[in-house]
This record gives sequence, structure tokens and C-alpha cells, in this order.
Amino acid sequence: MAGDGRVVLVTGVSRDLGRKAARAIASEPGVARVIGVDVVPPRGDMGDVSFVRADIRNPVIAKVIAKEDVDTVVHMSVISTPGSAGGRNTMKELNVIGTMQLLAACQKAPGLRHLVVKSTTTVYGASNRDPAMFTEDMEPRRAPRAGYAKDVAEIEGYVRGLGRRRPDLRVTLLRAANVIGPHVSSPITSYFRLPVLPTVLGFDARLQFLHQDDLLAVLRHSVVTDVHGTFNVAGDGILMLSQAARRLQRPTVPMPGFAVGGLGSFLRSARVADFSPEQLSFLTYGRGVDTTRMREVLGFEPRYTTAAAFADFGSRLPVTGGRSEKVISALARQLPDPDPTPTAPTSVAAPGGARRG
Amino acid sequence: MGDAEIIPIGTRGRPGRGTGTQPSSAARGLAPKSPAKPKAAATKASPPRSAARGEAEPTEPAASTTPPAEPVAPAAATRPSVRTEERHPLAGVPGSDWLAAFQAAALEVFGEQWEPQLARFLAFLRRRVTGDYTVDEYGFDQEVTQRFFMAALRPIAEKWFRIEVRGIDNVPTEGGALVVSNHSGTIPVDGLMTMVTIHDHIGRFLRPLGADLVFQLPIVSSLARKSGATLACSEDAERMLRGGELVGVWPEGFKGIGKPYAERYKLQRFGRGGFVSAALRTGVPIVPLAVVGAEEIYPLVGNIPGLARVLGVPYLPITPFFPLLGPLGLVPLPSKWLLEFGEPIRTDDYEGGASDDPMLVFNVTDQVRETIQQTLYSLLMQRESVFR
Repeated sequence: MAGDGRVVLVTGVSRDLGRKAARAIASEPGVARVIGVDVVPPRGDMGDVSFVRADIRNPVIAKVIAKEDVDTVVHMSVISTPGSAGGRNTMKELNVIGTMQLLAACQKAPGLRHLVVKSTTTVYGASNRDPAMFTEDMEPRRAPRAGYAKDVAEIEGYVRGLGRRRPDLRVTLLRAANVIGPHVSSPITSYFRLPVLPTVLGFDARLQFLHQDDLLAVLRHSVVTDVHGTFNVAGDGILMLSQAARRLQRPTVPMPGFAVGGLGSFLRSARVADFSPEQLSFLTYGRGVDTTRMREVLGFEPRYTTAAAFADFGSRLPVTGGRSEKVISALARQLPDPDPTPTAPTSVAAPGGARRG
Repeated sequence: MGDAEIIPIGTRGRPGRGTGTQPSSAARGLAPKSPAKPKAAATKASPPRSAARGEAEPTEPAASTTPPAEPVAPAAATRPSVRTEERHPLAGVPGSDWLAAFQAAALEVFGEQWEPQLARFLAFLRRRVTGDYTVDEYGFDQEVTQRFFMAALRPIAEKWFRIEVRGIDNVPTEGGALVVSNHSGTIPVDGLMTMVTIHDHIGRFLRPLGADLVFQLPIVSSLARKSGATLACSEDAERMLRGGELVGVWPEGFKGIGKPYAERYKLQRFGRGGFVSAALRTGVPIVPLAVVGAEEIYPLVGNIPGLARVLGVPYLPITPFFPLLGPLGLVPLPSKWLLEFGEPIRTDDYEGGASDDPMLVFNVTDQVRETIQQTLYSLLMQRESVFR
């Protein structure tokens, strides 16, 4: 590495997460400069990140890398929702063609040492044949045929190709679980912001979340550490979809899968929620990823568990349900507190045991 | 007896009931109490009626707050005329009576310590409603499994199938182990019964490995995950065994539960021996389990393959009762069940890489299969009859 700190190029800084990631990386002591790249200028405060207006879909990006003597590229410009990009075609072009151009430029840049790509656990898909926890070596049981998941699968393929062609390049692929936070807008957060949650009748998906702060932290961590490889990044623990809805105190409406899909596409066209088609299978079967390698090889420990990240997300949301909880707590207030009694275990054993035993 | 009482029937053309000379008994009950008692008409008043009045008389002054010296006059002065809507059934019962009734009911349901019991139950209910519980990475919800699923299955296991357990000491009380069982009964009731039996005898949760069909069916899928099941694949099996869980596997799969009644207690092919590879890789013991009795709960006498293919299920059973009696045919026959756990087969003394030796895997698979088959035969010899 250059002795006086690294020069980091971050793509996709016009969006909130990209901008925050760029600022977070800039605050790292080993980093000398951070250059943010995007087609539109970022809306928020960039701090000491210098912004270069460039499209990663054309070869100009190679000149930026060469001229600024970039040694680390952080690729954040993978869009998950067609709505924000202006249609599925634009989204696919941004994701796939943009990544191809960027990686081509990376291959030609002799000074480049490190590539960090923010991927997602969506590449594992979601089906009834899934193992409970995906490790990094596992493949999706059904190859994605469309949408975001297919984009990400293709992007990962190109990234692996670059890794083969440039063995001197350290490539870190971070497969992040669904990022959640008070200000994150993504398909899953817009789903949970609905006042009433449509769920798939008879299924209860297992969900894993990664807090926004932890995503920024893991990006910073992987820029400054000498580790490479593919890592699942997710908060500890699992929340069931029903449990998540109860924690948000949101009423749920179970309906058959096709009805949820229809409602989702209606909500998308009405621009109420960015409900993507692959989200339906996610909300049906759910997904869990194993984070052992993240802890042991990458050496990263998320600050938020899945439940804590979700609680932080939910703390700013208005409550739309929770009537039964109020009734129960009102009833419970009429009764003495059961737990401080020291004789509790014996009393449980006598009448309760007889009843339930 | 000479002069018979004449009891008129009907009103003899006059409006209303009775003779019209005095209000009816219902009207008298409503009207403010008059000091003059109505004269008992000798021709009409039957003995039980006057007795009823005699009982009613003393209670009414007691209910009013006035002293008993002049019981009637102030009541007549203060009490407004009663109207029918005030006689709504709930209006007449004072709140204290409701409270007493509620306390008595709580005492009945929760016993002497009903207050903390009820409070604890409400706390549980509240935890469920607010989502304040944890599930493990497979989606296993221990609280709801223990409180509801087990409680619901226990009477079936104990009272309906009268399960008799042998060799429960062969199931390790800690650490990972793989329970391998025969599969039968058209519907995998034997898996549920094994789960509740193991839980009640050694207090461990058996984590079943289910076919992917289980996780495709609505409702079944979420119940399976909640009760601790996961997909029968080598990744999940090894992960659970490494995590020190007691894993249950039924290697015959649909070939076992969907076999005709004529082939009962004949073990089918034991899959591809994937469960042995998982046990070899993790070095956990294999506990063979023979279940006798499950074959008879739904005797499978026929199958509708065409419809089954349309519905996407492996078979569509016909039992002597099932389509014939409709939902009543879903009641399992009350056969007597015997569960025998065999000696654990150790897998930790093979050298490394044993799981990659197909011949060894086949041998161990056959050993497990033979053990279960022999145990089945000996249990069948000992069994007096199917239902006893």
C-alpha cells in the first residue's frame, strides 16, 4: 500500500447508504482520500469526500482510477429496486453493465490492490429446499431467473472472473443480509412500513437483518484489513416474520401467495411500496445465513443483533395495531406480580403441573 | 271432593288474562308494593302459587334499605315504577357478584394460587402478542412447542395409542445423537409421537428432519419449523448434530409411510445413507428406534396416483375409512404402540474420511436397517394383538 494512506474510490454515492459509507471510510485513519463517484450528485453532506461526476457505465471511470491513483475500489452501486432507478431495464443496465465497466477499468489499473463489493444474501434465493443456514460455499437451490437476485448473481460472477484474472488483487465480497435502519429505504423496509402487513398464509419466514451502522462498519473494516474472500454479513439471531410483525405491533393479513404477489405488484405500480417479485419467496420461505466466517476470518462483529437492529428500525414507526397487547397488560395490572414470590416454583409444580402434565 | 274446583281455561272472551278484576301476577310483581295484600281468590289460587308468593314476600323488604318496622311504605314512596328494559339480565347482577363468579372460575381453573398463576399466564400471553420471545436459527420456538404442541399431542400418545417405551436409556441425555426410526402410518404421526415421547421421558427435544414437501405445504411448513424440524439435507443435519442436538430421521421417507398395508413392518430402502454420512462426519452415535403400532393407524389399502400427481403429493391414500366416512375417516385407529430404542451405534471410532467411503457408509446403513428390522420382528412377536 502507499505509505501515506490509501486512496479509495466509492461508487454509488448519490444514494444515502453509499454517501454514508464514503464518509465512514474517509474517517478511517489509514485512508488518505476518498473519491465518491456517481452519475448524479449526492443530496446530503459529503464531508471530506471529493465527488467526481462519472458514469460507471462508460470507460471514463478507468481514467478516474488512473488519474487519482486509486488503490481501493468499494463498489456500492448495486440497486435493489427498479422503482428508484426508473424501471427494470435501467436498473439492470446500471447493475450489470455498470459493474462490468467498473471491473474492466479495475483490471486495467495496475495500482489497484483491493476491491470491495457490497453484495447481498439475496443471491442464495429463498425456497422450500433451502438449508436452514447458508454458508458462503453454498449455491442457491434454484438459480434466480429475473430481477435483483439475477443481477447480483451475474455481478458476483464478474467479480470472481476479475479475481481469477488479477490474482494480485484482493477481492472482498460482502454478502449483506437485509439492511435495516430508521432511514433505510429498501423493499423490506417499505414492506414493514405498510400499516397492515400482507403475509403468505400458512408460512412463516425466517428473517435476518443487518443494521445500517453495521454495514458501514463492515465496509470500513474490510477496507483497512488485509482479508479477502466472500463473507456473509448479518446480525445474530433470527426473527420470524410473525414475530417481527408483533414486535412492530402491526396487524397482519394472511392471504394466499399469489394474492400477496398481486397485491405487491399493485402496491408497486401505485408507488406505495417497492415490493419486488423475489421478495414474495423471501417472505414465504425466508433465509438464514451462517456468519461464522465473518467472525473468524474477517474478524468483524456486528454491534446490533437481528432483533436489536429491527427494534431500532421499529422505534421510529407509528404503531397501527397492538390492541390485544393493551387489553392483556390492563388485565395483568389488576393482578399481583407473580415473579417476586420466592415460592413460585413450588406453586407452579403443584397446580400448574397437574394441569399441564 | 264434592264440589270440584273450576279452573277456567282461557279468558272467556275478556281481554287479557284472568278475570279482569285484579292485575295478573306478573303485573303485581311490577307494580309498587301496596300495603293491602291482594285477597287470595279461593277458586283460583293453587297451592304452589301461594307458596311461591309467601317465599317472595320476606326477601323484598330485606333487599330494601329501610328498617323492617315499616317495610313497605317508604319503598313504595321512593322506588319509581320499574320498566321492562331495566330487567336486562346483566343489569340485575351487581358487580361484586361478577367479581365473585370470576374469582371462583379462576380458582377452578388455576387452583389455590390463581392470582399469580393467572398473572403468569397473562405475562406469557403478552410475550407472545408482543413478539418478545426467541427462536433458534432453524425457527424452533421452544415455548410454544412445550406449552401447546406437546400438550396437545400428549393425550394422544398416552391415552389413544398408549405408547409403551423400551430402552429409553439408550438415548443420550446430552450431546448430539441421531435417532433413526422406521416410518409408517400414511400420515407421519409416528414422528410426532416419537417427539413427545422423547420429550416426556428424557426432557430433550427431538429435532426431526423433514422432506422438502413438508416445507412447501402451507401451515404444515410453519408448524414444522416452529416445532423444531428442518429440511433433511446433509448441511442441516450436520449443523444440528454439531450443535449438540438430538436429531430424528426417518430414512424410508415417503416409501415408508406410503406403503400398502400388506407390506407392513417391511422396511423399505434406507435412502442413500445420507444420515450415516452425517453421523460419521460429526462422530455422533446412531440410536436405532423401532416403532410398532403406527402401521395400523391408517391401513393403506389403495392409492389414487393420478390425483396425487395433480395435487403434487407422493400418494393419495385410501384407507377402509378415509374417503368413505369423510373427515371421520381421519381419526386414527387406536392401535397399541411399542417404541424400542436400540443400543447406540458408535461412529466416532472410524478414522477420518470414513464418510467418503461409500462401502463403509452402506455397511453402517445396513447395520442400522437390520437392527431396526430385527427389533420390529421381536416386538411383533411380543405384541398380544393390534389394539391391546
